[in-house]
Amino acid sequence: MVTRILAIDDSRTIRTLLTQTLQNAGFEVSTAVDGVDGVQKFQQQHTDLVITDVNMPNKDGFGVIADIRNGPTNRTVPVLVLTTESGAALKDRARQAGATGWIVKPFDDDALIAVIRRLTGAL
Amino acid sequence: MMTGDTAMRDIFFEECDDLITDLSEGLSAMRDGQTDDAIVNAVFRAVHSVKGAAGAFALDDLVSFAHRFETVLDAVRSHRLSLDDALLHVLQRASDVLADLIDAARDNLPANPAQVDPVVAQLQSFLGDAPQPVEDLDFEAVTLAFDGPDQPARRYLIRFRPNAAFYASGHDPLLIIKALQALGPTSVSVDLTRLPHSLAGLRWQDGLMGWQVVLDGPATDLPILEVFQFVDDLCDLQITAGPDDAAADPVPIAPAPVVEAQTDTSDRSGKRAAASLRVDPERVDRLINAVGELIINQSVISQRLQEASLPNTAELFSDLDDYKLLAREIQEGVMAIRAQPVKPLFQRMLRIAREAADMTGKLVTFTTEGEATEVDKTVVERLADPLTHMIRNAIDHGIEAPDQRIAAGKSAHGSLRLSARQRSGSIVIEIADDGAGLDRRRIRDIAFEKGLIAEDAQLTEAEIDHLLFAPGFSTAKAVTNLSGRGVGMDVVKTAITALGGRVTIASVTGQGTSFSITLPLTLAVMDGMIINLGGQTMVVPIASILETIRPKAADLSQIGLNSTLLRIRGEYVPVIDLAERMGHTTLPRDMTERVLLLIQTDSVPQCALAVDDIFDQRQVVVKSMQGNYGEIAGVSGATILGDGKIALIIDAEAVAQGNTSFPATNSHNRRDVPHVATC
Amino acid sequence: MSQLAELKKSERLEFVTLVAGGQNFCIEIKQIREIRRWTPVTVLPHSPDHVLGVINLRGAVIPIIDLAAKLGFPKIAPSERHVIIIISIEDRIVGLLVESVSEILGVDAGNLRETPRGPEDPTIRAILAIIPLGDDMTKVISLPALLAPASPVAA
Repeated sequence: MVTRILAIDDSRTIRTLLTQTLQNAGFEVSTAVDGVDGVQKFQQQHTDLVITDVNMPNKDGFGVIADIRNGPTNRTVPVLVLTTESGAALKDRARQAGATGWIVKPFDDDALIAVIRRLTGAL
Repeated sequence: MMTGDTAMRDIFFEECDDLITDLSEGLSAMRDGQTDDAIVNAVFRAVHSVKGAAGAFALDDLVSFAHRFETVLDAVRSHRLSLDDALLHVLQRASDVLADLIDAARDNLPANPAQVDPVVAQLQSFLGDAPQPVEDLDFEAVTLAFDGPDQPARRYLIRFRPNAAFYASGHDPLLIIKALQALGPTSVSVDLTRLPHSLAGLRWQDGLMGWQVVLDGPATDLPILEVFQFVDDLCDLQITAGPDDAAADPVPIAPAPVVEAQTDTSDRSGKRAAASLRVDPERVDRLINAVGELIINQSVISQRLQEASLPNTAELFSDLDDYKLLAREIQEGVMAIRAQPVKPLFQRMLRIAREAADMTGKLVTFTTEGEATEVDKTVVERLADPLTHMIRNAIDHGIEAPDQRIAAGKSAHGSLRLSARQRSGSIVIEIADDGAGLDRRRIRDIAFEKGLIAEDAQLTEAEIDHLLFAPGFSTAKAVTNLSGRGVGMDVVKTAITALGGRVTIASVTGQGTSFSITLPLTLAVMDGMIINLGGQTMVVPIASILETIRPKAADLSQIGLNSTLLRIRGEYVPVIDLAERMGHTTLPRDMTERVLLLIQTDSVPQCALAVDDIFDQRQVVVKSMQGNYGEIAGVSGATILGDGKIALIIDAEAVAQGNTSFPATNSHNRRDVPHVATC
Repeated sequence: MSQLAELKKSERLEFVTLVAGGQNFCIEIKQIREIRRWTPVTVLPHSPDHVLGVINLRGAVIPIIDLAAKLGFPKIAPSERHVIIIISIEDRIVGLLVESVSEILGVDAGNLRETPRGPEDPTIRAILAIIPLGDDMTKVISLPALLAPASPVAA
């Protein structure tokens, strides 16, 4: 079964990059342009893994995670936080929000795909 | 990430343009006193997004600058820094530098440290002495150590017991085990020793289960740590390496806990209508070409039908009229796709104006009007350079220094206005300053010194003004590092002419100068006068024709052997024989049998082009000749007529300037200049 | 790599043979887009003798060159009997007016002979290789050389 990924980022560049990278790796990708759009899409479609930016208009990435973790369905979906920040502070915040993992931009294609495979069991 | 992908780069730079516009608008709102969180956040996000995406393309200068900029904005956002004029000024400059860095990256140029470093220092000064953690910029490499097959296998004993947070944050022990299994032969056992005897109130998430994995795996424990990358603090984890015969007997893996029923597995895709559509420009161009063909095809059919001498009442003709209307409608629709507002261009000019004012020490209030005016995308792109030059010129040479302004009884702040508006099928862009106006005496002197005019030349004010556009003319007394770069306004003029546009100047001494650029709405279609010249059909752009005249003998007078003058409303204008300029060798016909087109151009006074006849006035689809042939003097392009034949489009201005007469002996070599495609 | 070496990378080559200025020439088939009958052209001002003018090829404006004149022969007086070979080279599309087109010639790359370098001559400069055909021969036209700007010395 194809692994379906929802990528949420307000940057068109990053969305396009993610889509290209993930589609090339055989994943099915849908995208959302901000947190509100992301949560809405998450609730509308089946998602095996969510990748979300942190800094976004309308609702930030941590808000997205909170909504997913407290939402009606698929609460324990893996959520990867994609961010330009790194270090312990980020890890704490992501952890507190309930993120499954975090990837620092600019991301390395292979590393990202490896992490996604690990978190979804997709081969 | 796919850094070598040019399409991806295009997307990135396009997005950067949008982000810079957002940034400029946000900062401008902040200057106007709107400092609420939403605006500050939007500004922060714009910079943040540039940084995030630039990283993907390894644009280190851009990333590093955006990072500093963002750090200051973050401090503003979290109210650690208060906004004052000084800070706003620095943010503004940083915004300009960011835009410049994006432009440099787009052109694959290195950053200019002389420009960047002072602003970095200023940004830094707002952050106090605390050094910025540099490691924030470093890419946190997620390395996957792959060990060759010949690496000696080591045995690891891995015990892990996830806590509740492990499950709550989307992890699955089965997947961890699967990832470990991918590293080498494993045996897995479940540790259920913590399970209570009573199943009442049992919550599987509460860290009751543990796993023990024996792995004959890699030479180092790095790949194993990798597996636990996100969970090392969410479980009790022990990894011991080395031969460990004491490992527990392998026990078959317990069925993984069912995580949670996924109630929604339907395949609905988000069907929200997109607010805008991004289309590859090439597709639009293909569509424009196809529509052009449709229009030509329509006129072919029309002409054939007229030749077929059908009864005029035939319904076919009204159907044909419908076809014509529909074809035009499609054409307009397709052209509208290429139309873009001039706003981003104007925002960029705002930046140029600010930099120019900074460098010259002049005080300038820059206003823009009609930012929503839409122009063909190519026009927007190709206007950037000429406008930049004109804005710099206006600030460098037009607007006076504050003390001079005060002495002249003006306010210390000069005003520079950039406006765009649509006027009867054209776009008019105006750059107006309230500076000293053109110094016509000086322009005359310089033109004479440079041999552009004779000492006793009788020139009107407008003619003197247009000397500015003459090649090799520059009014700067000294070459300033701002506008005097060895290029003059002639370059501006060439660029605008290439777009099918015209530039005019109006200047009042002491009150200011305004340049007005008139451009066609689209580049692909043009209103043309269809003419006959020695049996050949040609097109003259309507835009350059003031009126058409069938001259009476009394209106014409000979001067010398070859020159004719036309008298019109008491003025005399020279008559130019287009056939002669086009190299035709037909016998000269009497001018009274011909039609004269009164031509208005900017650089030379009015003149009348003599043609053999005029047929019709209609829209023509412009085809470039340059791809397959090269430039032809006096010809700006070609179009395809209703009968499928090609008609050349006359460059009226070049003809009027006399740039097309080449001695016949020269014509062979002329095509052989290397930069022109030669046949 | 020279143009000839580039061409010889393929083992088997196909050429369209043609007559211009009364002599045999040929053009590699891959460079030919189509072959059309002569149609009247729109004359260009100030153009050199060998440029006949432009035609409308399905909406594109294509210049037509008199191949014979370009190679230094007398100009062809175009008529219905003549043929235009539409060639495509790099990004350009150009039509060559020739007297006639004969056949498609299949040749082993090994049979291509280098053009002897003699005196500078507009014809020889545009010949990429020679193909012997029994007692006769045909000459492979180098389109880049044909359409390149003439050197000022020779002009």
